[in-house]
Parts: sequence; structure tokens; C-alpha cells
Amino acid sequence: MPTTRPQTGLTDDLGLFGERPRYAEEASYKIHGGCGLMGICDESGTLMSGVEAIKAMAVQRDRGNGLGGGFAGYGIYPEFPDHYCFHMMFHDVKAKEEAEAVFDRYFVVDLAEPMPTRAVKGISDAPVLWRYFLQPDPHKLENSEMSADDYIVHTVMLINSTIDGAFVASSGKNMGAFKGVGFPEEIGHYYLLEEYEGHTWTGHNRFPTNTPGWWGGAHPFTLLDWSIVHNGEISSYGINSRYLEAFGYKCTLGTDTEVAAYLFDLLLRRHKLPLELACKALASPLWSEIDRMEPEEAALMRSLRAVYGPAMLNGPFAIVLGFNGGMVALNDRIKLRPLVAARQGTRIMVASEESAMREVLDAPDAVWAPKAGEPVIARVKGMEWPIHGDLHLSPGEVSCAVTGVADACEIVEVG
Amino acid sequence: MPTTLIQPEFLVEIDYDKCHKCGRCVQQCGWGVYSFNERPFPDDTKCRACHRCVTYCPAHCIKIKKNDLALRDNANWSAEQRKNVWRQAESGGVMLTGMGNDKFYQSVFDHLVLDACQVTNPSIDPLREPMELRTYLGRKPDSVEVESDGKGGYRLKEGAGIAKNVKLDAPIIFSPMSYGSVSLNVHKSLAMAAERLGILMNTGEGGLHADLYPYQDNVIVQVASGRFGVNPEYLQRGAAIEIKVGQGAKPGIGGHLPGEKINKEVSTTRMIPQGSDAISPAPHHDIYSIEDLRQLIYSLKEASGYKPVGVKIAAVHNVGAIASGIVRAGADYVYLDGFKGGTGAAPAIIRDHIGIPLEIAIAVVDQRLRDEGIRNQASIIAAGSIRSSADMAKAIALGADVVAIGSASLMALGCHLCQGCHTGCCSWGLTTQKAELTRRVDPEWGAERLTNLVHAWSHELQEILGALGVNAVESLRGSRERLRAVGLDAQTCEILGVKPAGL
Repeated sequence: MPTTRPQTGLTDDLGLFGERPRYAEEASYKIHGGCGLMGICDESGTLMSGVEAIKAMAVQRDRGNGLGGGFAGYGIYPEFPDHYCFHMMFHDVKAKEEAEAVFDRYFVVDLAEPMPTRAVKGISDAPVLWRYFLQPDPHKLENSEMSADDYIVHTVMLINSTIDGAFVASSGKNMGAFKGVGFPEEIGHYYLLEEYEGHTWTGHNRFPTNTPGWWGGAHPFTLLDWSIVHNGEISSYGINSRYLEAFGYKCTLGTDTEVAAYLFDLLLRRHKLPLELACKALASPLWSEIDRMEPEEAALMRSLRAVYGPAMLNGPFAIVLGFNGGMVALNDRIKLRPLVAARQGTRIMVASEESAMREVLDAPDAVWAPKAGEPVIARVKGMEWPIHGDLHLSPGEVSCAVTGVADACEIVEVG
Repeated sequence: MPTTLIQPEFLVEIDYDKCHKCGRCVQQCGWGVYSFNERPFPDDTKCRACHRCVTYCPAHCIKIKKNDLALRDNANWSAEQRKNVWRQAESGGVMLTGMGNDKFYQSVFDHLVLDACQVTNPSIDPLREPMELRTYLGRKPDSVEVESDGKGGYRLKEGAGIAKNVKLDAPIIFSPMSYGSVSLNVHKSLAMAAERLGILMNTGEGGLHADLYPYQDNVIVQVASGRFGVNPEYLQRGAAIEIKVGQGAKPGIGGHLPGEKINKEVSTTRMIPQGSDAISPAPHHDIYSIEDLRQLIYSLKEASGYKPVGVKIAAVHNVGAIASGIVRAGADYVYLDGFKGGTGAAPAIIRDHIGIPLEIAIAVVDQRLRDEGIRNQASIIAAGSIRSSADMAKAIALGADVVAIGSASLMALGCHLCQGCHTGCCSWGLTTQKAELTRRVDPEWGAERLTNLVHAWSHELQEILGALGVNAVESLRGSRERLRAVGLDAQTCEILGVKPAGL
């Protein structure tokens, strides 16, 4: 069947492109039993050591089974604040060479080095771990007719879907994901997180129930500056992934969590929705609640649900989204997974268990359990809410024009 | 010489020991099967096994049996094919029939199974948790644009909301069935039920009778090639407008309502002379290209104040490309009618051999629109033998927004699928205009039965959603990951985008 794909602007002279088999679009995803997560953000921008995140995860050890742990830190690379940093995992040298060929061809790489690690008991079978500080090649970027961020997204999708054995762990600016197979405190020590300082940290302890863990499958899942840690299972994965495909995203990582990262990227960066409304699109209010809202708010929520229905995350989940200006924690619509929050001074913290917050915050001003679908948002003062490049035109926007009347915000209410 | 070589299809047996001799069977039969001389005498040749007499016999003494006459086995010539040759040798005409395709074709729905949650992902109990079925029918933008409301919150940007959409409280509507092909009481039943259910009925191609005006917010008004009953007022009355290009039961041909069914009321509603055959042409004579369709879509939008305009097509080869063109031409929804869909009258040869299965059409169209990035621009309505809530759930999982039920809704009103709709003799008072028969359907009774049916299916759909661990129907829509195929070939699985069971 002929298909129309979004034009990428990148050429196939490396022979890395190509259609994947159709079933790969809906790769079987891993079932998670239970997981632990945390997020902490100092809204004043004060940097915290990665040790704080390790402590919060270590106390939630029983929420995982040693098959996956990870962290994301923001503000950790002050010496390269404007470079995209690719944290890479390679299963073999060939994969590394192929990925580096992509970097060399499409980017200017200012620093490439092995990830600093130490030997830790319990951590074995690590892939080859490298990081690359780079910028898009200005000429190639111009020729691609894409924003720099879309250029990066395309590259991430390209590497993850076409280079066997290469995996992008993170690709944002002044941030990075540190993850692997092991308990999170072991992973934290393995990556020497005590040597990093960030204003925002997220962490995750994984409990896969039906598959052996793999390094790329640990959380956080990331795209650009977005990172997601997730406890639960996204029952709507099938339609979420198909919805994302229409916007050029490829869900190839074999986990349901990646859709959350891509959906936030789509809604926040490309559709420029405010964070609060993106959360309402992903964990929508019930229709019965919308019907009781004031007309203006109801019209907005109705439109969000009608338009973003395929993006709604359904099923049990608690997620923490990290970004370069803070974090947001969100529960599913009927709170089927634990999520508690606390504030102490300028620090906002969320976790699966209150004990994790008591471990880090010595005297919280407030501790509460967020309601279903109600986001907990932390924003770093002075850090502009990230509005990335211009709105990327989706392939759907080549539709026939409709008149102003047809676009009028009006709903024919039946009955 | 014998006038016919065809033997009766059914045998009517009356247990005269139990018979009350009340004559109710004579009164109830619309086909003229019974005569009465101190007791009822059946003429087997007229019986269509519609069971009206059986249902209403107070003594329960009537049995309808198949006339199982042995014919010499022949793997090439079925008994039916032999009978058809004899029939056409006698009549020289096209064999007409009613309702949907009754030939054996593999049902794809019956080879698909749904997922359910176990252990790590809790199922949701629809008796205790909200389980949402509300669906909006119509075109939607790719994104929602907002602006500050000046109070620390947000509101829709001026003119940036969703275009006119129709709210449905359940993802089910009643299929188009024209007034004329069915009785006014059937139309009233459908309209009243649609209003109570918060869903839609569809006029079909016969116009909107004045008695249905109070229900106009729950009515899709159809514009077919015959333009019966179409005028500006009609267009402005409906909640949405539908251009009928094709019908699953008879793709590529027009409609034919015999003059016997065009009584005064039907003639007034259809704006045609009483007693004249109402023949809608095979093509719309103003649509010979996609740009012609686009012109009609926008003409109808202009005439109606930009209500949603949908296009109904039969599921045929290359349906993906056809649907894509329709959406790009401005349609707010595409109505896919599979080849097992019903009809009031169609040549049997067309009904039984033209078109493709609905399941395949949904999958192809949904994928094609996604590949082109225009899936949000139109809803997909799936119809053509949706027999149960399981079919509905599977159709939605394949990619449909809404399903439409026609045969099932007639069955709710008593239809026994005797396939004699085209004769105008329907004993159940459904597909007839004979006053003595149409009065058998009390609209209040009919509306209650239709409401019960949709409520039952809605509850079952909620149970299915709960088992899948989701609490809103939009999380099932297009989620083919929740389907698995049992006993389908690899290529069909690939077209459906469904993995075989076990993977």
C-alpha cells in the first residue's frame, strides 16, 4: 500500500533509512509489575548532588527487582549548556561506528568520550557507554528545513530504529540519563552520580515481570530535554503509538513508556500546549466533570479530549516528566498507582512512597497525595519555560482549507 | 407444463389437535399464506419463515420446517444455484432480495479476539468506576490552540476550537433506512430511541417526515443520487448531512423503491408522485469526479450553516484511496458500509458478490488516513453487519469511531431476516407501507426495544473496556495491539495490522 511519509530532509546516503516491517510499528512491549520512582526539583535553581536522588531510590529498593534502574539530571553539564548531549549505548563496536558515522555526517561533535563509570558489584554486561556533545551541522540543518530540535528528534528515531545495537539513552541540552540493569542505587554509583549536580533529578526502580531487563529498557526514557520515569502500564499504548506515528515518531524501544515521552514532546514542544493543558490532555477529566465546568472551560476541555483522545494515557500510571525548567508528576485518571508529593522550602519532591521523601527532606512543610489526574508542577525560577523552535508542520496540515465558519469553535450538542 | 419447478422452501405444519381455530395466523401473515375454512390452511409456497404467525399463535401449534428435499449431490452445482436457474428461466428477470449477504464468507470478526488485563495491569470494574463511551463525530484539528484568559488560566483561541462536531453518548448510531423502504412507525421508533440514547438515526434517502421534526437534533439527513426529499429546510434540520455514494449491499448501483410503496405520505416526504417508482441513479449525476464531490460537500455545508457533512461509501477494492480523497474533499466523516450490510431491495447477484468485508475496509482506511496524517480530519463510521457488541468493540479497535446498526435495529423491532423487504408484505410491519401492517409497530414500543438494545451493547462494551483496563472508548479506538487473530492468514493479519494469537 503506498504511503506518504513526512519529509525528513536528511538523505539516505548512508543507507540507514528504509521501511521497517509493519509489525515493528507496534512492537510487543514489556509489562511492568510495580516500580518505584522519584523526582525532586529545587525551584530556586540551587544545584543538588545526585546522591539525593540515589538516597530516595535506595529506600524504595523493594519496588524493583534489580532488572532496571536509572536517573535523569538537569543542569548537570554547565560547561556545555547549549550543546545537545547524546548519552549512547552500544552493543558492539560496529553499532558505535555506524552511529558515529551519523554524528560525523550530520553534526559538529565538540566532545566525544566514554561515560565515566566505576565497577560496582551487581552491575554486569554493560554495553559500551559513550557521550557526545554536539550541534547540528548548520548547512545540513538549513537544507533539512527543520528546526534544530526536530533534526535531533529525527536523528534519535533514525538511530534507534535503523542501527542495530545502538541506542540513544538521552539527547537533550544540559541534561542526561544514566540507566542500566541493576538496582538504582547500584546504577547511581556505577555512573558516579555523586560527581554531578543538578537542579532537577528524577529516578526509577524497575520491576519487569515477564522479560529480562535490558540496559536500554530501563527508565528514564527521554527525547530532547524530556525524560520520563513511569510506574504502571499504559493500556492505551496501541493507539498512543499509532497516533504518534502520524507525527513522525517511531515507537521502537519495546516499552510502553516511550509513548509518554513522545506525547509530551508533541504536545508541549510542537503543539505548544501549556504544561497544565498537556497534562489534561494525557490524563483527561471525566466527561461528567467537564459537563459541570463553566462554559468556557468546558469548551476547552471538550476540545482537548476530542482532539487528543488518541493521545490520552489510559491504564494505571504514575509518571514524572523532567525537563530543563523543572518537572511535572502525574497520575492516571483514577489513581491506580501510588504518588505522593512534598514541599520543603524551594524544593518540591514526588515519589512512590513517602519514605523516599522523608529520606531526603528532613522537615517537609507539606506532604500530600495528589488527586487522580491532578499534576504536581515544579518550575525552576528564572528558567524560561522551554518553547523550542517553530511549530513543526505535521503531514496532516496539508489538508484542504476550511472556511473560518467551519473552524468556528462550536459544538452541536445532541439531546 | 408445470408453471414452476421450484418447490416450497418451507413447510408450515399445524397441530390441529392444539389449534384454537381462532384465525389469528390468517390475520397476522402478511404473505397470504393462510386461508381459513373452519380451520387455517397454509399455502407453503408463500411462506418466508418470518415467524409472525408462530409468535402470535396462542396455542403454539404452528411449526415452520425447512423443506429438505433431496437433490443429487453435486459439489459444483449447489441446490440454490440450480433453483436460481429454474427461477430465472421462468421469470427472465433479475432476482431481487432484501437484507444482507447470506452467503458463506469467512467472518473476520469471528477470527479476532480481544485482550484482557491480568496481574500487573488491573482491569477496571465498570460497575464501580466511570467507563466513558462519549464520542464526537466530525472533523477535528491536529492540535488545540489556546490563549491566556487573563485570570491565570487558558481558553480556546478565538476560532481555534473543534469545528462543529456531533456528540454521541455511545459510539453507536442507527444506519440509514429510508422512509418508504421502512414504515413511518419504524422511523419514529428510531428517532425516539436516538433522542433517548443521545445518539443519531439516519433518514436514508427518503427524506424526513414532518412527524420527525421534533427529533431533528438526533437525525442525520441523507442526500442520495435521487435527491428525494432534499430541500434547504431538510438540510437545515439535521444534526449532520450524509452524501450517499454507495451502499454495502449494492455497491455501484442505485436504489429502487417500487411504486406500490409510494403512498401519499411517502410521496409528500420524498417530493415525488404517488405510485411512481422511486429510482435513484447509480451515480450522482452531479458527481463524476472527486472535485465534483468536493463541490457538493461544500454546497451542503453552505446550505446548512456548516454542519458536519459525511460521505457514505461501500467497502470496495482500493477503499483506502477512495476514503482519502473523500476526506481531502472536505468530508467530516466517512461511512464505510461492508459487503454484508443490509438493504431494502437489491439484486441478489450484486448483494452476494460485490464489495469487500467491513473489517478489512476499516483497517485499510484507518491506516491510510494515518499514513497521510489526516486521520483527525474525519471520523470513521463502520457498518455492514455489526451483529453484537463484540463486533462493535472489534470494529472500534480496528479504527472505527462509531458503528452503525441497521439489520440489528430492525431485528430489535421483530425482523426475522426473512429477506422479503422488497415485497412490501412484511408481516412485522417494518418494511411495508400497508396500513394494516405498519400499525403493528407502536413507536413507543419500538423505541423502548431499540433503547434496550443499545443500552445492552453499551454495557457490554463497558465490560470489554474494563477488561482491557481502559476507562474511555477513545483508548480502544484504533488500538489494534489489543486484538489478536486466530486462524487468519498472514497477509490478512498484515492488512488488519493485527498480530496472530500467541505473539
